[in-house]
Amino acid sequence: MKKIILSFIIATIFLVGLNAQKTFPQNGVFDYREGLYAFVNATLHKAPGQTMENATLIIKDGKIMNAGTGIPVPKDAVLYDMDGKHIYPSFIDMYSNYGMPEPVSAGSRPDKQPQMLSNRQGAYMWNEAIKPEFQAHKAFKANVQAAEEMRNLGFGAVFTHQHDGISRGSSSLVHLGNGREHEVILKDRVAHHMAFSKGKSTQSYPSSLMGCIALIRQTYYDAQWYAKEGKNEEMNISLEAWNDLKALPHVFDTRDKLEILRAAKIAKEFNSQYIFKGSGDEYMRLDKIKATNSPLIIPINFPAPYDVSDAFDAMQVSLSDMKNWELAPTNPGALAKAGIPFALTTHGLKSKGDFMKNLKIAIEHGLSEKDALAALTTIPAKLMKVENIIGSLDKGKIANFIVTNKAIFEDGAKIHQNWIAGQGFVLKAFPEEADLGEGVYRLKVGKKNYDMHVTWDEDSPKYIIKENDSTDIKVKYNFKDKIISLSFNDEGNLIRLSGTADNTSAKGQGYDAEGNWISWKVTPTRALVDKKEKEEEKEKEKSEKELGDIVYPFLPYGAKELPKAKTTLIKNATLWTNEKEGIIEADILLSNGKISQIGKGLNASADIVIDAKGKHVTSGIIDEHSHIAISKGVNEGTQYSSAEVSIADVVNSEDVNIYRNLSGGVTAAQLLHGSANPIGGQSGIVKFKWGYTPDEMLIKGAAPFIKFALGENVKQSNWGDDYTIRFPQTRMGVEEVYDDHFTRAKEYGKLKRSGKPYRKDLEMETLLQILESKRFVTCHSYVQSEINMLMKVAERHGFTLNTFTHILEGYKIADKMKAHGAGGSTFSDWWAYKFEVIDAIPFNAAILDKMGVVVALNSDDAEMSRRLNQEAAKGVMYGGMSEEAAWKMVTLNPAILLHLDDKMGSLKIGKDADVVIWSENPLSIYAQAEMTFVDGIKFFDKEEDLKKREEIKIERNRLIQKMVGEKKAGAKTQAPSMKYQTHYHCDHIDDEMGEQEHKHDHDHNHDHED
Amino acid sequence: MRHTIFIIINLLVWNISTAQQTLTKKQNDLPIIIMNGTAHLGNGDKIENSVITFENGKIGMIAPANTFKLDLSKFQVIDAKGKDIYPGFIAMNTQIGLVEVDAVRSTRDFREVGTFNPSVRALIAYNTDSKVTPTIRSNGVMLTQIVPQGGRISGQSSVMKMSGWNWEDAQYKADEGIHLNWPAAFRRGGWWAAPGPITKNKDYDEQVKAIKDFLDEAQAYNEKTNVEKVNLKFEAMKGLFDGTKKLYIETNFAKTIMESVLFTKEYGITPIIVGGKDAWQITDFLKEHKVMIVLKKTQDLPVREYDDIDQTFKTPKILKDAGIVFSFSLDGAWEQRNLVFQAGQAVSYGLDYEAAIEGLTLSPAKILGIENTAGSLEKGKDATIIIAKGDILDMRTCIIEKAFIEGQEVDLDNKQKALSRKFTDKYGVDIDHD
Repeated sequence: MKKIILSFIIATIFLVGLNAQKTFPQNGVFDYREGLYAFVNATLHKAPGQTMENATLIIKDGKIMNAGTGIPVPKDAVLYDMDGKHIYPSFIDMYSNYGMPEPVSAGSRPDKQPQMLSNRQGAYMWNEAIKPEFQAHKAFKANVQAAEEMRNLGFGAVFTHQHDGISRGSSSLVHLGNGREHEVILKDRVAHHMAFSKGKSTQSYPSSLMGCIALIRQTYYDAQWYAKEGKNEEMNISLEAWNDLKALPHVFDTRDKLEILRAAKIAKEFNSQYIFKGSGDEYMRLDKIKATNSPLIIPINFPAPYDVSDAFDAMQVSLSDMKNWELAPTNPGALAKAGIPFALTTHGLKSKGDFMKNLKIAIEHGLSEKDALAALTTIPAKLMKVENIIGSLDKGKIANFIVTNKAIFEDGAKIHQNWIAGQGFVLKAFPEEADLGEGVYRLKVGKKNYDMHVTWDEDSPKYIIKENDSTDIKVKYNFKDKIISLSFNDEGNLIRLSGTADNTSAKGQGYDAEGNWISWKVTPTRALVDKKEKEEEKEKEKSEKELGDIVYPFLPYGAKELPKAKTTLIKNATLWTNEKEGIIEADILLSNGKISQIGKGLNASADIVIDAKGKHVTSGIIDEHSHIAISKGVNEGTQYSSAEVSIADVVNSEDVNIYRNLSGGVTAAQLLHGSANPIGGQSGIVKFKWGYTPDEMLIKGAAPFIKFALGENVKQSNWGDDYTIRFPQTRMGVEEVYDDHFTRAKEYGKLKRSGKPYRKDLEMETLLQILESKRFVTCHSYVQSEINMLMKVAERHGFTLNTFTHILEGYKIADKMKAHGAGGSTFSDWWAYKFEVIDAIPFNAAILDKMGVVVALNSDDAEMSRRLNQEAAKGVMYGGMSEEAAWKMVTLNPAILLHLDDKMGSLKIGKDADVVIWSENPLSIYAQAEMTFVDGIKFFDKEEDLKKREEIKIERNRLIQKMVGEKKAGAKTQAPSMKYQTHYHCDHIDDEMGEQEHKHDHDHNHDHED
Repeated sequence: MRHTIFIIINLLVWNISTAQQTLTKKQNDLPIIIMNGTAHLGNGDKIENSVITFENGKIGMIAPANTFKLDLSKFQVIDAKGKDIYPGFIAMNTQIGLVEVDAVRSTRDFREVGTFNPSVRALIAYNTDSKVTPTIRSNGVMLTQIVPQGGRISGQSSVMKMSGWNWEDAQYKADEGIHLNWPAAFRRGGWWAAPGPITKNKDYDEQVKAIKDFLDEAQAYNEKTNVEKVNLKFEAMKGLFDGTKKLYIETNFAKTIMESVLFTKEYGITPIIVGGKDAWQITDFLKEHKVMIVLKKTQDLPVREYDDIDQTFKTPKILKDAGIVFSFSLDGAWEQRNLVFQAGQAVSYGLDYEAAIEGLTLSPAKILGIENTAGSLEKGKDATIIIAKGDILDMRTCIIEKAFIEGQEVDLDNKQKALSRKFTDKYGVDIDHD
C-alpha cells in the first residue's frame, strides 16, 4: 500500500452555487465562491494517451483554467495534494435518457381495431412515431438519484434523449452535478435521434421493419417538399422540425448488426451519415459495419453464462446464443482493432453497477485501455460536436474529472472523487492515513515474537498471525483517527494492542497475554509474494482463454471463411438441361460463376473434378414464393396499399433456413411481401448465398416485382370479427382499390412529367413503374372471379399482370390467363384450408401447363421449400405431366416468371452456375441434393455437412464445459432459453414494431413453433 | 368349365380400363383373388409374387403364388402383375371428418371449450359426407383415428373407416382413447411486438399438479361402489384405469416425454406419446417402458436451429433401429393426402422400405389396439387393401388403382378429379386423372 496522506475530507457536495442562475432572487446572504482549486502532484491523464506525472490541474468557476506540468499555482487557490493519485476526464454517456419523462402514448388504439391516423393533436405529422419536434432540453428534469448513480460510475455528463419513436427529436448534453436545469444543461440541441421502433405510438402503421424504413424515406422526401413549396400549403411542425435537425449529428438506434447496414443505406441515399447505437453483436459482421464508415455507440451488457446443469434444458439453448456469450466481450476490442470509432454506453445494462466490471472484461478481451478511455471521453464529445466544451482536461473545458487511487483499470483501482463542473463529489473517501501495506512483519509483543501477514483485499486489510504452517490466528484490526488497534488470541488469552502506524511499521502499548502493560512493535521482514510473478501468472491465464470462431452467418452451419467460386468440372452426369437437348449424359464445367461448357468428355482444367456417374445434375430450384430470410415482419398490412415498402430492405442473411433450402437444392427465391393488403410491398429476389450479406444475396439487375393480393386475406375475412373497418371488405372493394390507385398514379405521373413542383411519393412512384411496365406484379389469388377482374383492371390501365401466385382456381380460366399473358405459380396439392380454396385441385398445374400458361410450383413455406423437387413430382402424380415438364415447374418456369431466364433456370452455357448434384432422379422422394452451387460457389455439400454437425457438437460441448466452469467459479448464470424462430406465411400480420403491451396468451413451446 | 391351375403370370390380361371400374354387385358375390402382385404385408415382410384371396370382408389366404393350386373360376380375379399390394393405411391423430374448411368456423368440430373434457367424443361429429375424405382415400388411407384438440384433456378419439353411410356405420373402434396435452416445458415470453426468448414454463409444476388432481379424483370416483351424483368426466376416465382405453399424451420434448410416462406409470398406465419429435434422444427409456410413438410429421423442420438439418427425416430410422413401435402421422385433415410421403421421406433417410410400410399399417394398428383385425395382410384379418402401380411412397411414380375396405371396393374418385374433368372437357385437353 502506498502511503496516502490527504489532509482534508471532501464533503459529499463540496460546493454549490457556482454559476448560480442570475435571474433568480436570493433568499439570505449572498455566498459567492469562485471555486478556484489547484490539484497538485497528480498523475494527470489529460486525454487518452496524454499522461503526465507530477502535474497540476487548476479549475475556476467550473472550468479548467490550466492543466499540465510546471504551471504556476495561483496563490489564492485552494490546494489539494494529489500525490499518488490519478486524474482523468469524467466519462460521458452518449446514449442516455437521464431526466427524460417516461414516454406515453398520444392516445389509445380503438379496441381491437386498426388505428389509421395519429392520435396526436396539433399541426404534427400524420404518423405518431415521427416526432422530430421533441426537444430534450424542454422536457429535461434533473434527477438527483439518477445523477448520483451515474456519477458513482465515473460519469460527468450524458447526452440524453427520449427513447421513443422512429424520429425522437433532439438530445441535450447535460452534466450530472447538482443544480437547476438551467445550469446543468450544457447544450440544448445536440443531435437528432432515430430508430426502427415506433415505440409508444399506437398507430397501426408501420407494423413492420420495412414499413419503418419506407416511412423514414418518405419523411425525408416530405421534408424536402415542405422546405420548398410544402410550407406554403400547410403548417407542419414535425416536418419543419425535421428540417431544423438536418445540420446536427444523427444518432440511430439499432437492435442488431443488420439494422446498421439497413439504416446506413438510408443515410447514404439522403446524403446523411448516422452514428449507430449498436447492440453489441457488431463483431459478427465487422467488415461490413466498417464499410459503412459510421461511428458507433456500443453497449457492454455482456450476456451471463447459461445454467447448463440440466442436460435437457441446456439442449434448448441455441448455439449462436452460446457463442455470443463467449464472444460478446470481444466486440469492443474487435471494433477498435478494425479502426471503427465508437463510444461506450451504460445503456442496456441490467444493473448499471456492472459498468466498470464489464468494461474491464472488455479490456481483458482485447480492448486497449486507451481506446476504452477514448470511448468514454473524447470520442463521444467529438461525435456530438462538443469537443470544445467537454471530453478532455484542456483549458477552457468544463471541469469534469475523476480522481482515482491508481491507474483506473489496475486491480484495486477505485474512483474516489468525481468533480463535475467544479463541484467535488466524494464517491469513496481516501483512507485518511495509510497503515501497514501488504507484507510479512515481525510483531514483537513484550518479549514474544509473532509472524504477522498483512494482505489487502480491495480497501480492507487482513491481519493474520502464522503460528506455524497449519495454524492461522486472525487478528482483529481497527484503524481510526490515526490510532491503530490490534487484538488476537494467544492460547486462549486476548492480547490487546494500540498505537500508531505508517506504511511499513507500527508501534505502541497494550496488554500482553498475561494482562501486563507492555510495548509492542511491528517491523517488516519480507514482501508477501512477488507481484510481478502474480501478474505474469494472470497474463498467462488470459492468453489461455480459448475462444470460438466467428462464423458467417453467426449461426450453426456458418463458415469460418466465406466460400468462393472455383472452377468445377462435373463429369459423367445425367444433365437435366431444361433446354431442347432434354436430359443428356454429359460433363458440365462451371467457371467464373457461370456454366462455361457442356459436353461429353470435357477436357478442361478445374480446381475440382467431380465424378457424378449415376447422379443427376440440374439447375438450381427457384422458389417463386418464399418468406424465409425476412426480418421483422412480412406484411405491412396496416394500409390497403403499401407499395412503398420493400422486402429487399429487410432481407435476413442470418436465417438457418437458407442453409436448409440449399440442402434441398434451392438456389434462389423471390422473398415476397405477405398478402394482407391488395397492393402489398416490393419483393426481394435473392440467391441463397449462405454467409453473405443481404445486399450480396440480392440478385443484381433482377427485374423489380411487387406483391398484390386478392380475396379473403385482403378482405380481412379470417382475422376475426373485429376487422371490419379497413377498406376493402369485399371483392368489389378490391377492384376499387386498384382502379383508384392506378388512376391516381397516372395523374401523379402526369404531374411529374409536367415539370411542376410535386411531392415525391414513394407509393405512387412504385405504381407508376407498374403502369410503365418497369415493375411486375405477382398477385396472391385464389378464385376465378378476382383473377379475371385483375386481368381486366390491368388491361384497362395498359399493363400485363405478370404472375398469379397460388392461383388455385387458375384451371377455371386458364384460357383467359393464356390470352392475357399471365403466368401462374401454384401449390401442388393444398386445399380446404379456407373457403376460397374449396375448389382447389392438384391437377391445376397440369391443366395450366397443358393450356400453355407458364406455371411454377412454389412453397410459401419454410419447410416445404426444401422439398420443392417432390412438389414438382406431384405434377407427374396428379395429371401425368412428363418428368421434364414437371421439373421445369421449379426451375425454368419460375425463372421465366421472374424475368431471370436469361441467366438462370436451365443448364446452358453462359448461364449462372446455379447447379445441383442429386443422388438420383430429382423428382423422386428418394433424391437428395449432394452438392449445391450458387454462382459457381459450393454452398452445400452433404459430406461437409456431416463434418459441420460434428463441429457443432464439439463446439457446443466446449462452450457447455466452459459455462459449467464459470458457474462453479461463482458466476451468475441465466436460465436456459430457446431462440424464437419466426416462420412467416402470407397472412402473418403481427405488429413487429411497437412496444405496446399485447401479452402473449398463447402457450409457446417447441411443440408449436408458430 | 372347371380347371385347376398353377397360378402363373399372364394368365389373365389386366387392363387399365377394367381396373378403374367398380366391380358389380353380382361379381361381388364371389370371393376375390389378387394375383401376381408384390404384397407388402405390413408386418415388415413382403411376398414378391403373391396371391391374396378375400371373402366376406376377411382375408382368406395370402401366400407366394407358386406354392399351391386354386380354382380361379370361383373367384373374381384381379391381376396385379407388376403392381404392389399393401394393407390400407391408417392415418393417426387426424381431424378427418371433423373439419371441412379450416378457416371457416362453422365447419370446425374438433375443439371444445374447457380444460378437462374426457367425455367429449370425436366419433359423433365424424362427417361421412366430407368432400375432403375421398381426396385422402384416393391416396391410400383407409382407416383413421380422429382426435379432438385443445384444452388439457381434449376428449376421446375413435378409429373410423374412410367410407360409410353415417358415423355409426363408419366406426371401427369407438372411443378408444383419451387425449392429454402435456404442459409445455418452455414458453415464449415477451409479447409479439417484442418477442422474448422462449423460457421455461413457470406454471409447469402447477399444470402437472392439476392433471394429477384430476386423475386422482377420477381414479377414486371409479372405485365407488355406489355413485350418487354422476360425474360424466370421471365416468369417461374409467376405461383408462381398467385398461379398456388408451391414453395418448401429446408432447415432443425429451424431458416431458419422460416425465409424462413416469407420471402415468403411477396409475398403471403406459401412455402412447403423440408428437415425440425428440423421442430419438431417449430411445433406451422408451424401450424400457414399452412406449409407442405416434410420430409427428417427418417432413418438418428440425426443432432447434443447430439440429441436424435432416433430423426429422431420420428420426423414424433411429426409432426403428432401437426397436420402438411408432406410426407416422400428420396434423390436420386435408393434409392427410400426404401421409404416405412421411414414410417415403424416412426411406430416403435410411428406414427399411417394409418398416416404413409397417409404420403406416401394423404399427398404428398396434397402437390403436386393432392389430388382431387390421394393419397387415394376414389370414383372417380385414380385407382392407390397396393396389398401386409404381412406388406408393414416391410421388414420382405412385398411382393407386384400387382399394378395398373390409372387402368392399372403395370409390377412388373425388371432387377434385371431377372438377378437373369438367374443365379439361371444356378446354378439350387431356390429362391423367389416376
